[in-house]
Amino acid sequence: MTAVMGTKMLRKEDPALLVGENKFIDDIHAPGELWMGMIRSTMAHAKINSIDTSEAEAMPGVVAVYTGEQLAEMGLWLAPLPCAWPVTEDIVNPPHNPVAVGEAKHVGDIVAVVLCNDRYGAADAAEKVVVDYDPLPAVGSLEAAVANTAMAHSDLETNKAFHWPLVPDPEGTEKAFAEAAHTVKAKFIQQRMIPSPMEPRGCMAIPSPAGGDITFYSATQVPHILKVMIAATTGIPESKIRVIAPSVGGGFGGKLNVDPDAILSVTLANHLGVPVRWTETRTEAAGSSHQGRGQIQHMEVAADENGKISSVRVHIDADMGAYMMLITPGVPLLGSFLYTGVYDIPNLAFTCDGHFTNLTPTDAYRGAGRPEASYAIERIMDMLAAEVGITPEEIRARNYINGGEAFENHEAASTLVFDSGHYRPAHDRALEMVKIDELRAEQARRRDAGEAKQLGIGMCSYVEICGLAPSRALGGLNYGAGGWEHATVRMLPTGKIEVVSGSTPHGQGHETAWSMIIADKMGVDPNDVEVLHSDTAKSPLGLDTYGSRSLAVGGVAIAMAADKVIEKAKLIAAHQFEAAPEDVQFEAGAFSVAGTPSKSVHIQELGFAAFAAHDLPDGMEPNLQEQVSFDPPNFAFPFGTHACVVEIDTETGGVELIDYVAVDDCGHQVNPMIVEGQLHGGIVQGVAQALFEEAVYDEDGNINNPSFMDYLVPSAMEVPSMQLDYTVTPSTSNPLGVKGAGEAGTIGSAAAVMNAVCDALSPYGVKDMDMPATPKRIWEAIHSNANNSNGGAA
Amino acid sequence: MEVSITVNGSTHSSDVEPRTLLVHHLRDNIGLTGTNIGCDSSSCGACTIHMNGESVKSCTVLAVQADGQELTTIEGLAAVAESDGTATGDQNWHPMQEAFQNCHALQCGYCTPGMVMASTSFLKENPNPTEEQIREGLEGNLCRCTGYHNIVKAVQSVAGGAS
Ligand code: FES
Ligand code: FES
Repeated sequence: MTAVMGTKMLRKEDPALLVGENKFIDDIHAPGELWMGMIRSTMAHAKINSIDTSEAEAMPGVVAVYTGEQLAEMGLWLAPLPCAWPVTEDIVNPPHNPVAVGEAKHVGDIVAVVLCNDRYGAADAAEKVVVDYDPLPAVGSLEAAVANTAMAHSDLETNKAFHWPLVPDPEGTEKAFAEAAHTVKAKFIQQRMIPSPMEPRGCMAIPSPAGGDITFYSATQVPHILKVMIAATTGIPESKIRVIAPSVGGGFGGKLNVDPDAILSVTLANHLGVPVRWTETRTEAAGSSHQGRGQIQHMEVAADENGKISSVRVHIDADMGAYMMLITPGVPLLGSFLYTGVYDIPNLAFTCDGHFTNLTPTDAYRGAGRPEASYAIERIMDMLAAEVGITPEEIRARNYINGGEAFENHEAASTLVFDSGHYRPAHDRALEMVKIDELRAEQARRRDAGEAKQLGIGMCSYVEICGLAPSRALGGLNYGAGGWEHATVRMLPTGKIEVVSGSTPHGQGHETAWSMIIADKMGVDPNDVEVLHSDTAKSPLGLDTYGSRSLAVGGVAIAMAADKVIEKAKLIAAHQFEAAPEDVQFEAGAFSVAGTPSKSVHIQELGFAAFAAHDLPDGMEPNLQEQVSFDPPNFAFPFGTHACVVEIDTETGGVELIDYVAVDDCGHQVNPMIVEGQLHGGIVQGVAQALFEEAVYDEDGNINNPSFMDYLVPSAMEVPSMQLDYTVTPSTSNPLGVKGAGEAGTIGSAAAVMNAVCDALSPYGVKDMDMPATPKRIWEAIHSNANNSNGGAA
Repeated sequence: MEVSITVNGSTHSSDVEPRTLLVHHLRDNIGLTGTNIGCDSSSCGACTIHMNGESVKSCTVLAVQADGQELTTIEGLAAVAESDGTATGDQNWHPMQEAFQNCHALQCGYCTPGMVMASTSFLKENPNPTEEQIREGLEGNLCRCTGYHNIVKAVQSVAGGAS
C-alpha cells in the first residue's frame, strides 16, 4: 500500500457540506423549543434603574421575561462566567454575570432575556422591554483606560487588571540599551478585530424528558471545555451534561468561549423543562461575541553598528474589554515569548498591563497574541534596517538564529526552547519567488519617474508557538487546565476502525486527516476509518481545538494509540502463527513471519478474533482498543517567510495587493491540500487586519460598524491569488514531526503587508502607519508629509 | 398569507406571516436547511439560491414575493444538473459541486451552498471569465476560511471544462 500521508487526499467532510445535508446549529430543532431574545445594553456604562417587562410579557408566544436581578434571585448559577487564566495572583476580575445586575458594562451586555416560542416573536418581545438607564462615565478606548480618568467598573479605583512581567535579565537589558550603537523605538496599535466566522454563534439546551440530564448543542470549538465549565458554573453535575458541537461554520477563536448564552440556555432549559435556544444575529455579534487583538505595543530594540540585535524591550497595554472571558488575560502572554522572533537575540524584557474598558470583551482570535508579537518585531526589523542603512532582507539575515542554518533545541531569551528551525531556505525561496531584484528595479524606475502608482515590497519572517501545550508549561503560566489531547483507536469486529478524538473540527478537515494517519500507520483504506468527535458522550475526554494544536497534539495521540493497537494485534497474530512475537513483522497492514509467506494475516482480519476472543493468548483481554492521552514535552515552532507586493495609487491612497508569496515550514504534512487551505485563509485574515478590518468605537463606547455593511471582511475582489511553497523541518516535539498550520498565515501576513505599504511610502517620509492602512490614512500620510520640509526618505 | 412555491421540483403551499423572509421560510417551514444565513445586512451571500434560474440572496426576498416562483437550493442543484445532462462524477453532482471538492474550495462549508449557487449562475452569464471577472462576480459572497484562492480555482476549472 502506498503512503497516504503527504498526499492531497480529497476531504471526507465535503460531500455532506456540498449538498446541504450536514447540520449546523440553527438547522437543528427540538419540539417545544423556546427562543431566547436578548435585551442588550445600548450604553457602554450605565446604572440600570429599572426594567419594565410588562409589555413584552403580554406579547404572543412569550413564556417569560427575566431581568438580571430576577435571575440572580432565582439562583440558577453558582458562580459568574469563568476566566480560566488568571495570569497573576492579584489579578482583578470583577464578576461577570450572564445577565448584568445593577450596572451594564458594555454595549451588548445582556440586561434581560425573553423566552418565546417563535424566532421572530423573541426579537419582537425583546424590543418591547423598556430599560431605564443612568449613564455613567464610560471608558471608550484602551488609551482612556490607561489614562484612568474614568473607571470601567464603578467600584474599582483603577482600570488596571494585572501587571505581568517576563524579564529574565533586567541588568542585561539595561546594559544592552546603554551600549547599543542603534536603538529603534516604535508604538504599534493592534486594532480590535471581530473574528467573524461566517456562521454566527448559536446554541440549544435540551433537557431530557425523563428529567435530570441536559443535552447542549453549541456552535463551539470547545465542547469538552464547555462541559466542565458549565458544570462548574451552574452546579449541574458533569455526568448529567452532554455537549455536542454539530457542524461548526468556522471559529478562528471566536467560538472558544463560555458565553452568557450557554449558561442561560442550559439553566433556563433545566428550570423550565423545555428546550431553550438562541441564534446570534451578525449585528448582535459585535456586542455578544468576543473580539480579538486590542493592544498598544511599545517596542524597542538595541543593536550594534551592524544591526545585530542585543535586546528587545517591550511593554504592552492590553484591552481586556469590560470583563475577563475564558482566556482574555492570557492572550497577550501567548505572544510574550515571540517578541524576539526568528532571531538570535540574547535578551528580552517583556511587560504587560491588562486594562478594563467599557467595550466588548476581548479573547482569542486566530493567532492570539502571536500575530501581535510577530507584527511588532517584524515591523521594527524594517525600521532598524533603515536606521542601519541596509535592506530588510540583510537585517534579517544578520540576525537569524544560528545564522539561518538548521538548528535544534535553541533556548531563546524568553527561556522557551525552540524545537527545530532552518530559517534561511524559506527566506531565500520567498525572495526568489517574489522576484525581489526585478521588483526593486521596477520600484526604482517608478520612483525616479515620479509615477502615480508606486510599488512597495514587504517581507516577514515569523515563528509561532503551536501545539498548545505542555501541561506543565501551562501550569507555570497559571492557566487553569492542561494541554494534552486524548485519542482512542478501536478495531471493530468487522475490521473497520473507529477513532475517537478529543479535538474538535470546525472546518479543518480532521476526519480526513485522522483517517490518513490511521491509514498510513495501520495499512488500511482511509475509507475504513470512522472518526468520532465533538460529542462528549462519544468522546468523553478532550481539550478541543485552538492554538494550532489539533495535529501536533491530537493527531499525535491518534498515531500513538494506533501503535498500541498494532502492538496488541501483533501478539494475536503471533499466537495464530504459533510464532514468537519478535519474529512477526508488520508491513502495509499485514502481519507475517519472515521466511514463511503462508503465514500472513491482515490487521483488519484480527478485529473479529479479538472481539470473539475464542483463541487469544493466555491472559490477554478481549478487543482491540487502545487509548492515549498525549501531553507534548514541548511546543512546536513552525516558521516561514512571507513576501508581498503592493501598488499604491498616490493620488487616491488606494492600495492593491499585487502579489503574495509564502514559504512556510510546518514540519511534516499529513495533507498538503489542507495545509494550503489553512494558509490561504490565514493569510487573508492577516491581510484583512493590515488593510481592512477594525471594530471602530466612539469615545462613549458605541461601535460604529457592527454589521458586514461597514465591518469590512474582504471579498474575493480585495485579495490576490497567492503563491505558496514549503520547506520541511520536522518538529522534535512529537513522533510525527508535525508542527501546526492553522495560525501561521495570519501570523506572517499583517507585518508583510504593512512592511510593503511603508516601503512604498518611504519616499514620502512615512516611517510607520497604523492598521488598517485605509486609502484615507495612506492619502493623508502622503500629503501631510509632502507638505513637510522634513519629508523625503529618512 | 397563503404562499405556494416550487422548490427543487416540489410545490409547497403554506400560510406564512407577510414579513417572513424567504430564507427563513425555506429553512424553518420547508426544512431545507442547506441554505445558510451569515448576516443581517444582505452582505454575505450565504443565503444565495436560484429563483427562476437566477441567483438571489434569499434573505432579501420575502416569502410572499416568491409566491408562484420556481426555486432551486443547494439540495436540488445536482438534480438540475442531472436533468440538464451536465451532472458529473460518481456522485452525479453539478460540476461546480465536484470542482469545489476537487479544488478544496471549502473548509467549514458554511458559505459553500451560497458560493456554489452564486458561482453556477455567474458562469451561466459569463461562461469564459477572467480571474478578475470571477473575483468581481463573487464579490457579494463572503468566505472567512479559504481566502478565496481555491474558490476562484474551482470556478475557473468549471469554466475551462465547459468551454
Ligand atoms: S444572509 Fe443573506 S446576504 Fe447574508
Ligand atoms: S468555507 Fe468557511 S466560510 Fe467559506
